[in-house]
Order: sequence, then structure tokens, then C-alpha cells
Amino acid sequence: MNVPRFCREIPSRYNLIGTKCENCDTYYFPPRRVCITCRRKGVIREYQFEGSGKVVTHTTIYSAPENFSKMTPYVLAIVELDEGPKLTAQIVCDPSEVKIGMRVKSVFRKLGEEGPDGVIYYGTKFIPA
Amino acid sequence: MREVAIVGLGCTKFGEMWDKSFRDLFIEAGLMALEDAGMSGAQVEALYGGNMSSGIFIQQEHVGALIADYSGLISNNVPSTRVEAACASGGLALRSGIIAVASEYHDIVISAGIEKMTDIGAEKAMDALAAAADREWEAAVGATFPGLYAMMARAHMHEFGTTREQLAQVAVKNHYHGSMNPRAQFRNRITIDSVISSPLVADPLRLFDCSPITDGAAAVVLVPAERAREFTDTPIYVKAASQASDTISLHDRRSLTSIDATTVAADRAFKTARLERSNIDVAEVHDCFTIAEIMAIEDLRFFEKGRGGPATLAGDTAIGGKIPINTSGGLKACGHPVGATGIKQAVEIAEQLRGDAGKRQVEGAEIGLTHNVGGTGGTVVVHILAR
Repeated sequence: MNVPRFCREIPSRYNLIGTKCENCDTYYFPPRRVCITCRRKGVIREYQFEGSGKVVTHTTIYSAPENFSKMTPYVLAIVELDEGPKLTAQIVCDPSEVKIGMRVKSVFRKLGEEGPDGVIYYGTKFIPA
Repeated sequence: MREVAIVGLGCTKFGEMWDKSFRDLFIEAGLMALEDAGMSGAQVEALYGGNMSSGIFIQQEHVGALIADYSGLISNNVPSTRVEAACASGGLALRSGIIAVASEYHDIVISAGIEKMTDIGAEKAMDALAAAADREWEAAVGATFPGLYAMMARAHMHEFGTTREQLAQVAVKNHYHGSMNPRAQFRNRITIDSVISSPLVADPLRLFDCSPITDGAAAVVLVPAERAREFTDTPIYVKAASQASDTISLHDRRSLTSIDATTVAADRAFKTARLERSNIDVAEVHDCFTIAEIMAIEDLRFFEKGRGGPATLAGDTAIGGKIPINTSGGLKACGHPVGATGIKQAVEIAEQLRGDAGKRQVEGAEIGLTHNVGGTGGTVVVHILAR
């Protein structure tokens, strides 16, 4: 992913800034500009998530594309934030530690890099809470 | 709308075809289908080609024109359209062709699917396939395609008690079916032990839970049903062609243990066809991973939710069982050239309904179903075919 493409989403990637529809009180992460219930009647505002939630399912990745191959094995999960939305993220823990239902909180971490001379990507991962 | 029939079938051998190019593959499948229909290329009015990612796999876009050109159909300037819905591209090409004939816009149409995947390395191919997920919010944080299906498998095991052995049996059964299919990529039989001792890819999924990287192409000739007998003694009639969408990301779905778009597309198809689940004699479903077949047979409502694993282990989905699933060997053993898969499924069902499936023939099969999934369930295409 090139630099501008990654950078555009930095507020969301670094600080878990998503959106909320004020019309129906639904939270969105990743952010949506159109509420899926209210559509054009929706009132979308930015919202900073607290960063706590629980693991709803998980896997440990042993075989990954180039950008992530140095980090294998790593734990990947779908996390349900306390405000409601779910997102895909890595969990910084031993593969044997992760369980469905485990409480987690967000941390700022290195995500990967584009080869030895490429940019380094940062973003949100989760740790056991 | 008028009824549509399939009158010609073509499918290349599936596998790592290092001596064959993208062009060689679609020409072979297309000519086979025309030959089968006893038709001349000059009669073809339109082409629909399913292809997921020629841009990454062979650095070639604009493959609609390329296919028309190298198939020798450019003298008539036939309209040729590439359609894309990740791994459901083939199913979508079939549905697009059916709509074109049903709507009376065209009379004779070829729907084809093709993918040439082995001209790049396995790691790059894996990244190309990750493009079927959400690049920004799944792939960019480290999700791989097997990883996403692994998370569905984990949730399914947690919710319904699906076991490691039940998952493995999907691969064992599909390799057994593939061993009887001359065009399958893998024709060797495997055991539950060999699946559960293969290397971990994304826990709990192992290498033998995953469909392979494959080159291949397939094509069918579509005509109005009232003209079908001009071309063949064994026309296969299209009873329904339905499609449904859902969120692109797995994390946004209502359920992590069902693919809702499968149920919706199937409900629409059965309603159109005025048929029941119990009428289906044979089905090709989208087993890109073993868990995907278990979810498919449940979400298509062939088995109760949560009973897909036990039914598989009991042999209900093998040839000779209650409802034979993936007689071709499925994506797992026949291979999964992503854009071609949806068309290959239709070729397999049509052969079954014609009674031409050789050793893997389901006796007396009259009605069959195909189920083609894009990504983790963002697109599903279901067809019901009858003889």
C-alpha cells in the first residue's frame, strides 16, 4: 500500500477514530460516511473509541504474504469494541493465551514494513486487558 | 423473460500449467464448448468472461477484448465483457450470460471463466487473493484469506462443536471424488491423518484444508431453450440464476458462522425455480477451505445449522450419500483457478445431468445446484440446472 493511501487513514489507524450516526446511535469502525440504516437521513460525526473490547474469534497466522512473513506466527482476531462495532486486528500475546471472550485493550504498534528500504506502517493492535 | 439452456461445455485440465498461457487456456475451453455445441464461432453474439485478477497474476487488463481477439471472434466485433467478483467471477459471468439470453438481448452467448495464477510466486498470489477481502481494514492489518476462514472455523467449532476430524473429512471426500475426475489438479486419495498432520497455515486450518493455486479455464454455450435442440440432444435448462451481496469485511457480518448471502441467494433461486431443497440430486459448492463446505451445505439448507460436520463425517455428502457434494473434487481437489471455478461448477453439474460424468456419475441425477462465493461471502451466486 503506498504512502498517501496509508496516511489518509492515519487518524483511524493510530487512534481508533471512527464514526457515529447521531440519528440512530450506531457506532462505526472502520469509519463509514453513510449510515447503513439511515443512509442520507443519517447524521455522521467522528467518534474516538475507548479501545476496549473482547475477542469474538481468532486464528494464528503461520503463512503470510511478504509484508508480514517476518512476524509469523502472529495472532489475529475479530474484536468487538464495547461501543458495538467489530474490527480485525492483531493481538499481541502468545498463541496459547488467546481465547474467545478474552477482554482486550488497544495499543499503538508497528504493523509491518515494505521491504528493507520501504516505509514502516503503524497502527492499532490489542493486548490482553 | 425466456428460458435459457446450456448446449455446449468446455473445461481445460486444472493444475500448474506452466506450458500454457492465459490465451492458450481460454482458447482451449472456448473451442471445446463450441465443438460440443456443434456450432461455429461466427454464430456467437456475445462473450462474458469471469476473471478475478489478471492485472496482478499476468499484468494484463482489458482481457474481454483479448479473449474475443484470440478466440478468432473479432471479425464479427462481438461484445466481450469481463466480469469480476473475486472468486465468484465465474458464477457472475454465467449469470450475466443467462440474463443476456433470457432478456432476448442476445441469442447465442458464451460464458467463460479463466485464471492463470502460477506465473507469479505463491506469496504474491496469496497477496493477490487477499484483495478479495477489505484491503484497508483486513489485509492491511495482517489478515490472510486462510486466516479469515480460520476465524470462521474457530467460531463454528466454538458454537456448534464442529471437530477437526469433521473438517478434515471434507478434504478426504473431495480428494476421493477428484481421484475419479480426469481434469482434477489432485487425483490422489488422502486420509484424515494426512490432513491433520499437514502444516498449519492459519490455526485451526492446515495446508490440506485449503484449495490450491491453479491455472484453468472453462466455458459454456447458452441459447434460448426453444432453440436448444438445434445444437444438442441433451440440453441442460437453467431453472434459476440468483445472486446476493453482503459486507465485504468478515467483521461486519451478522454472523461469523454463516454466510448469509448464501441463504439469501439460495432462497431466491428456489423460489424462481419453484423447487425444494429435496429436489436437488447433486451440488457443486464453494469449498475454498474445508470449513467453507460445511457452512455452505448448512447455509444452503441441505443440513440443519451445526449439522454440516457430522453429516460430512457420516458420508451423507459423498457419491452414494444423501446429497453428493462436489463430485468434481471441488475447489479442494479439482483446483481453484478463481475466475474459472464458477463455470467449472456448471460444467460438472451439466455433465452429471447429461449422465456423462463417468466413474463419478450420480445415478439418475436430474436437478443440480452450483454455489459460488466471492471473498468471505461478500458475493454469492447460485444456479439451479435441470435436464
